[in-house]
Amino acid sequence: MSTDEFIKGLWRENPVFVQVLGMCPVLAVTNSAINGLAMGLATTFVMLMSNMIVSTLRNFIPKQVRIATYILVIATFVTIVDYAIAAISIDLHKALGAFIALIVVNCLILGRAEAFASKHTIGDAILDALGMGAGFTIALLALGGVREILGSGSLFNVTLFPANFEPWIVMILPGGGFFTLGAWLLVINFFKARKAAQEAIE
Amino acid sequence: MNPIWPMYRALVGVGMLCGLLIAVVFEGTLPIIEKNKAEALEKAVFTVIPAAVRRETIELDGGEVYAGYDESGNLAGIAIEASAMGYADILTLLYGYDPHAETIIGIRVLTSKETPGLGDKIEKDETFLRNFDALDARVDESGSAMRNRIVTVKNGTKTEPWQIDAITGATITSNAVGEALGSSSERWIPKVKEWADEH
Repeated sequence: MSTDEFIKGLWRENPVFVQVLGMCPVLAVTNSAINGLAMGLATTFVMLMSNMIVSTLRNFIPKQVRIATYILVIATFVTIVDYAIAAISIDLHKALGAFIALIVVNCLILGRAEAFASKHTIGDAILDALGMGAGFTIALLALGGVREILGSGSLFNVTLFPANFEPWIVMILPGGGFFTLGAWLLVINFFKARKAAQEAIE
Repeated sequence: MNPIWPMYRALVGVGMLCGLLIAVVFEGTLPIIEKNKAEALEKAVFTVIPAAVRRETIELDGGEVYAGYDESGNLAGIAIEASAMGYADILTLLYGYDPHAETIIGIRVLTSKETPGLGDKIEKDETFLRNFDALDARVDESGSAMRNRIVTVKNGTKTEPWQIDAITGATITSNAVGEALGSSSERWIPKVKEWADEH
């Protein structure tokens, strides 16, 4: 067990900015910061549970049926999250309603189950899920924040600009998701390339 | 041993466990969810009829509407459910109808899967909600139909008191609100008005 399993998900192997996994929810739900945050937390929970189960059962599941079994496990926890959110707050459920079911098709969760949890001990699988979940949540917040500021002129529903600010509606539409993701990837790769160049000189 | 057996064991075993888990969680959360929904409806009735302090469920023509009474016991308004197809799924609303002024005095979304940030503006956009401060809902002379059908019009083109000014960027959801109110008011308001006049 090592803390690197946790840290790698935050930056070096960030699921969104480096692995570019789970693009469907990344682009669809991040039109406001709060939606990004809620989606990130829900995904983290599902990933934590599925990583735990998959890691526990890794010697029990034959490889021919592993994908079907993983999807079964993931879908179960997504359904549980759906009921739990409806029971906790009907308003939160109303805000996220359409997106909770989308967690099932997030290839990040299936990817971590297949690439990591099925080959590692339960402790490592838990750290991996928490790290990847945190990295995913941060990335969703980064996208949702930028899109909400430009597209609605607010952040976490707090208005930032005076009334004469004309919001860029395109930023909260699907196209804005692609623009923002592209801009973030540009910024991150620019810094990575600069760091690599510096290291090469040294 | 047959090599198929471990596959059956894994898939059927995990499937049964997952099914059991979902059933347990469903049974466990169902009463809470039902209670939340009933509370949300209760709150919605008092939101759409601001003057009401007490409500009664009224069975009318094979359906239910909710009558709200003010502090002195007078009928303050009637809350009616409406639904129409939105952008993602069926949108259900509750709206308050004032039988004295013959206007719709408030709406509240009950269930919606509209796009957060766009379609859900019908609940938050103040300019849009101002449409329902006093939306004209008069019945015609015969008393059995609406004088004007409630419709949604393009943003900024509202000219008549029975029109709803749409939200820019949320046209489909705005139209769904107009459609829900238009069809529900034609079905319910003449009967509700008749009932209110008798009481």
